[in-house]
Amino acid sequence: MRSTSLFRFLTLVAITLPASAANVDYAKSEITFISRQMNVPVQGRFKKFNAQIAFDAKKPTASKAKIEVDLGSVDTGSADADAEVGKKAWFNTSVFPSAKFSSGAVAQTGPDKYEARGKLSIKGIGQDIVAPFTVKRAGDVVTYDGGFTLKRLQFKIGEGAWSDTETVADEVQVKFRFVTTGNK
Amino acid sequence: MNPSLQRYTGVAIALHWLIAAAILGTFLLGQYMTNLQLSPAKLKLYSYHKWIGVTIFLLVLVRIAWRLAHRPPLPPASMPAWQHSAASIAHFFLYALTLAIPVSGWLMSSASGFQVVYLGVVPIPDLLAKSKDAAEQLKQLHEALNWLMVLVVAMHVAAALKHHLMDRDDVLRRMLPFLKQRSAVK
Repeated sequence: MRSTSLFRFLTLVAITLPASAANVDYAKSEITFISRQMNVPVQGRFKKFNAQIAFDAKKPTASKAKIEVDLGSVDTGSADADAEVGKKAWFNTSVFPSAKFSSGAVAQTGPDKYEARGKLSIKGIGQDIVAPFTVKRAGDVVTYDGGFTLKRLQFKIGEGAWSDTETVADEVQVKFRFVTTGNK
Repeated sequence: MNPSLQRYTGVAIALHWLIAAAILGTFLLGQYMTNLQLSPAKLKLYSYHKWIGVTIFLLVLVRIAWRLAHRPPLPPASMPAWQHSAASIAHFFLYALTLAIPVSGWLMSSASGFQVVYLGVVPIPDLLAKSKDAAEQLKQLHEALNWLMVLVVAMHVAAALKHHLMDRDDVLRRMLPFLKQRSAVK
């Protein structure tokens, strides 16, 4: 079961990888999130994801990004919740193994500051989001740092009893850092 | 009123019973909640448990300050010295544990990666960083301190009942909120 979804994930990765994308250094890249349980901020992260980033600082509008996150690789911060969050009421990972974000619309908002607009799909539900990010360049290493807030209920993350936002807040802050190497 | 009447002050009596009720409640809650499956109710109960723990810690600080400013009544003259010492030691443990148990719970929560946010409003800083090993050790410490507390409370209650039922003195009555002193009833 687990290996099947992983295989599906890897196949998808292989098929969709464009030749022009920079190399992502996964050891230094991360996708983390902060959820609030009873108003207590709890940090989690996704251990496995694939990012394809073709960023052009001279022509930001020509930039493209595709991110795919293996939802089964979630580390919620507690073992109890790790077991829970794959279930039907949450990510339902057996049916929806990954979350996807793709953007073909990047706009500059300031020096080294940009905004990626695109569609985020989780659990078969697509929502348009805006993710502001900064770009830092050091030699051939480019680092993208950004984040956005998603409302979990818009994606039916946490259904039934879990839709109570007094216990688990609707807003989840997602943060990402992508470090790419070999940039020209 | 009997001028020789030696009672605890009203504030001391109120704090004693308030803290006792909170300890009993959150102890039972702690036993119950840990066996629950993950659910919104479980998350709520854990938070309530932590909030009650913080409240107990704060009330005990008030109580210690009050006790330092208001001498507790002396033990009955008939009481043997060893019993006086035993009571003093037990009381010391009760104060120490009512402070140490909430602290161990707070550290355990921090080490587990869950900051304590008192009443969902006041974040209490994490003294410890998240660590699985530390969390497990602190969990065992929190539990061990609780069982020590059960032991000391059992002794405390047994001694109070012994004074009341066998010695027939005023040791228990002077801490009861509504009952009159035995010698004054006669």
